Amino acid sequence: MRFMVLVKANAESEAGNPPSTELLEAMTKYNEELVKAGVLLAADGLHPSSNGARVRFSGTQRTVIDGPFAETKELIAGYWIFDVKSLQEAIEWVRRAPNPTGEESEIEIRQVFEADDFGDNLTPELREREERLRNRT
Amino acid sequence: MAVTATETHRTIDAVWRIESAKIIAALTRMVRDVGLAEELAQDALVAAIEQWPASGVPANPGAWLMAIAKRRAIDHFRRAKLLERKQEELRAAIESQPEQPEPDEVRDDLLRLMFTACHPTLSTEARVALTLRLLGGLTTTEIARAFLVSESTVAQRIVRAKRTLAKERVPFEVPSGDQLSPRLASVLEVVYLIFNEGYSATAGDDWMRPALCEDALRLGRILAGLAPRDAEVHGLVALMEIQASRARARTGPDGRPVLLLEQNRGLWDQLLIRRGLAALRRAEEIGGLRGPYTVQAAIAACHARAVTAEDTDWMRIAALYEVLGQLTPSPVIELNHAVAVSMAFGPAAGLELVDELAGEPSLASYHLLPSVRGDLLAKLGRSAEARAEFERAAGLTQNARERQILLDRAAVS
Repeated sequence: MRFMVLVKANAESEAGNPPSTELLEAMTKYNEELVKAGVLLAADGLHPSSNGARVRFSGTQRTVIDGPFAETKELIAGYWIFDVKSLQEAIEWVRRAPNPTGEESEIEIRQVFEADDFGDNLTPELREREERLRNRT
Repeated sequence: MAVTATETHRTIDAVWRIESAKIIAALTRMVRDVGLAEELAQDALVAAIEQWPASGVPANPGAWLMAIAKRRAIDHFRRAKLLERKQEELRAAIESQPEQPEPDEVRDDLLRLMFTACHPTLSTEARVALTLRLLGGLTTTEIARAFLVSESTVAQRIVRAKRTLAKERVPFEVPSGDQLSPRLASVLEVVYLIFNEGYSATAGDDWMRPALCEDALRLGRILAGLAPRDAEVHGLVALMEIQASRARARTGPDGRPVLLLEQNRGLWDQLLIRRGLAALRRAEEIGGLRGPYTVQAAIAACHARAVTAEDTDWMRIAALYEVLGQLTPSPVIELNHAVAVSMAFGPAAGLELVDELAGEPSLASYHLLPSVRGDLLAKLGRSAEARAEFERAAGLTQNARERQILLDRAAVS
């Protein structure tokens, strides 16, 4: 099963300051461990929210809000995607990660939906959509 | 927060899956016996199950397990009534080993363990069981469930395999020189066998056993890290990633198999496809299109790149099957080649090739031959002949779900 492992932003990452050489080194080593163990599917770091935007939905209205965003601790600074056997295994891997901020911080682990999790809800709708696509071509 | 014993046990399971192969590999190097090494590692696991619920999980669980296993190894040699001096030598040798070896050493040990578990002196079943057990960190129960055999059968296979390795004095090493290539092929074969057992379950009511596919993919990805200069390792990983990318689309809501060209490509896993194509690029950069796994991956990639079934580059697929047939001549590949030719140049051209295979003794009980022939005959409007072929195919397959599909096709032909 897959897990998305979310690293939260902090003042440094939001300021666009690159991580220290030491942290980069530790992260590279950690990522290598994940690759060697065959569990790392993908990983990316994200630019500070000042390079991003939000689209706010309200009924039929769409409002674009440019970054940066205030609630730093709620923002995401990067993610890994793990392919592991259980939530516990994902937890064990995250425990081994270097502290991403060097200070108090949290890394959040979320399970990715697989086809089975959607049960019968997904397929008929998707099939309908596919048929519509086919009619159009 | 109160941590329950069950939670600790789940944590121990997870730690074991992460650490066991490394621990067994390092211990095998020290004690030169994979069977003994596994027993020692199991002893350490038992100690963790006894102690961690009360003491909590140590900060470095891998090093903790390794330390216990090393202590048990020294106890073992003390009991083995070796000469005092020999005993002392072994103790010193084991104690001098760090609890956390250098990354290069870990890599070499794991590679040696992979070659040992897949040694040609062992039967294929033994290789599969031993690989899943030693490198995949699976329990005997999990292996038994995956292969639909009894636990005692798996346990026996593993015991016998370990005994054979000891009796034959199989060295714990990475083969060198002209031995390397065939031995690596044997490792790849085992990994792909595990994948295929999961991907197209040969027996039972399920069409797929996804856990086995995941285990094989993980082993393949580990192997790619251990032997990164081998083109075929990347070729195999590419093949498995691309095939696994279709897992969600292969089964309909009623649990029935959905064939490749009828699959909803929106359900294909783009992350796995991207990983597969990247692995294929690596394989081609190192070795070109010269290995059978790489060529199969290249074929799978043709499907992965096609946005709709109609976009499939059948000419290229037909050409790749011809290359594959030269690399590893087999009637099954010829059959696939015939299918590709029929898609590129029409059912009549395909049927001509299929009919050449009709007398092939190795295909006499292979359900896909009549199934493909039935399909081509149906396309050519020869319904009665098509129906007979589908019925014949249904009588030959071992898979219940597949049988139903074939009977359905016979009914509408």
